[in-house]
Amino acid sequence: MLLIPILIGVTVIVFGIMVLTPGDPAILMLGENAPQEDLVALRERLGLNEPIYVQYGIWLARVVQLDFGRSIRSGRPVTDEIVSRLPATTELALLATLLAIAVGVPLGVISATRPNSAVDHTATVVAFTGLAMPVFWQGLVMILLFALVLGWFPPSGRLGGWEYYVLPTITLGTSAIAAITRMTRATMLETLSQDYVRTARSKGVRERSITYRHALRNAMIPIVTVIGLQFGALLSGAVITETIFSWPGIGRLAIDAIRSKDFPVVQGVVMVFALMYAFVNLVTDVLYAYLDPRLKTRYS
Amino acid sequence: MGLASHGHDLGSGGMQAPIGGPDRADTSWWQSKPVRRFRRNPLAIVGALIVFVFVIVATFAPQMSELGRTCLRDLGLTAVTASDVRDPTKAVFWRSIVAPPATCYTIPRASFSPIPEAPSESYRLGTTSGGYDIFYGLLWGSRTAFRIGLIVVSVSLLFGLLIGGLAGYFGGWIDDVLMRFTDMVIAFPSLVLAIVIVTLLGQTLTNVIVAIALVAWPNYARVIRSEILTVKELTYVESARALGGRHFRIFIQHVLPNTIASMIVVASLDMGSVVLTAAALSFLGLGPPVGYADWGQMVNFARDWILGPPGQPLAYWFTSFYPGITILVFVLGWNLLGDAFRDAFDPRNA
Repeated sequence: MLLIPILIGVTVIVFGIMVLTPGDPAILMLGENAPQEDLVALRERLGLNEPIYVQYGIWLARVVQLDFGRSIRSGRPVTDEIVSRLPATTELALLATLLAIAVGVPLGVISATRPNSAVDHTATVVAFTGLAMPVFWQGLVMILLFALVLGWFPPSGRLGGWEYYVLPTITLGTSAIAAITRMTRATMLETLSQDYVRTARSKGVRERSITYRHALRNAMIPIVTVIGLQFGALLSGAVITETIFSWPGIGRLAIDAIRSKDFPVVQGVVMVFALMYAFVNLVTDVLYAYLDPRLKTRYS
Repeated sequence: MGLASHGHDLGSGGMQAPIGGPDRADTSWWQSKPVRRFRRNPLAIVGALIVFVFVIVATFAPQMSELGRTCLRDLGLTAVTASDVRDPTKAVFWRSIVAPPATCYTIPRASFSPIPEAPSESYRLGTTSGGYDIFYGLLWGSRTAFRIGLIVVSVSLLFGLLIGGLAGYFGGWIDDVLMRFTDMVIAFPSLVLAIVIVTLLGQTLTNVIVAIALVAWPNYARVIRSEILTVKELTYVESARALGGRHFRIFIQHVLPNTIASMIVVASLDMGSVVLTAAALSFLGLGPPVGYADWGQMVNFARDWILGPPGQPLAYWFTSFYPGITILVFVLGWNLLGDAFRDAFDPRNA
């Protein structure tokens, strides 16, 4: 239940963003030329004349009901804007995570079972390059090569079929692939040197079964941790990936909102990002208990 | 130096080295286990070389580039005396290295044309959209990268040291409060938070540095806290406390030196990721002002020109390739170095 204090803290920070925003929120929302009566009414409604902690209370009461106010730019409720964009981001983030697991874990396992082989060295080079890769540059290069020159995939957009998903997913997943490969290799090397692996070997258990049933299962906890932590980086990457590929998700919504100083939307998006990250880390904690039965007995 | 945090000899200069003794070579810093592990790791050597090259390029950027007119003027030079900047006997040589005027960070423009120009005699790597000299931008951009990296890393190191140190050393409610606060900051995707902070503070290089430092410190706080938790229970710290040592003194003398190894690791890995975040901000148009020597911005310039004219789709490859590969190699160098430090300091590799 550590989630609750963190969520409260998150609301304080997001509220702080609004307080620190230069300018009068009422004027920002209604425009420079709004009649004085309307401004007074809106200030009253938003509680802007109250002390700051009362303002926070009023604001929090609205946020809990998922009311972030209206977008300055479109006039639509912020919640609607976010909800209509959320599936695109969730899809992309999930696909990138799946890709990263599907490539990173096997690559790490192969590296660890054949240390210093050609495969291992290649995987190391690929992983280090992936970790150092600027997402925005990789996106541009992929658009240039695979969309504009070779014409294999569309350069931007989302609706239209599976081929729209390929480039954004790879772009977003690259750093996670690298991180998961490195972590899998390191923990597998460690578990493979444990006594129970030697015991299994001396019993004549097949190498394949040792690798996957004995070693990998025990190596999963740090790997799951890294997947959870990578999700934060993935959301940051999503902002850039969505901008480059004109992907209609909340990352691009955030950038558009920031460019047009649409702070109610910025607030809402930042809040949703923090919620997503908190949720994923909660899932990771639950997975620990599943992966390591010792944790379950200790805490139940 | 008390790097012996992990209960094995990490070697510490001449302090214990018997002078002139037969086994002097074995106890010297160069022969100590972590340094030996570092030297034998090929990836460590590659990382160190990359970082070294960037240090040289950043230091001597004024000598390696063709300085612009305003930069020359502010250095007190004219077109005729411009070569003085390459003469180590002249004061202007040193001034350009240590404290170049701000105008030198503005990339000279070959033209105001939006169309990039291919590499030529005078513009070695070509010009990017807006006529900006790519070679100049990359050289001076390395100074910007180091400046952002070094300031952010030292500020967040200090901040992390304060928060993580207090939390780890005192424990109890202080620990709870400080670590919950750290968790809150970590709960946001760092780039998103940095974007919001830059937007609120206004778009300057200083604010970019402030924004990244504000999202980077929690990592340090966490690592320092956990290091301190393991160290403070060790017998020698307990005995220092039993002898009546003051908290501050025990902390500085006995606890802090043991966190140095992991700080070096985190800091060098962070040099890369900080520069990557800064470049991403610039790419999104939230970095230093247009025309400032900055790698991320140069990729942003190239964005509209990734596709060449009809029939030659790759004609403008140099506009995005050079800045991108520069960022990649810089980050790669620090990552390799950080990873090598981690392996070298890891007692399990003994």
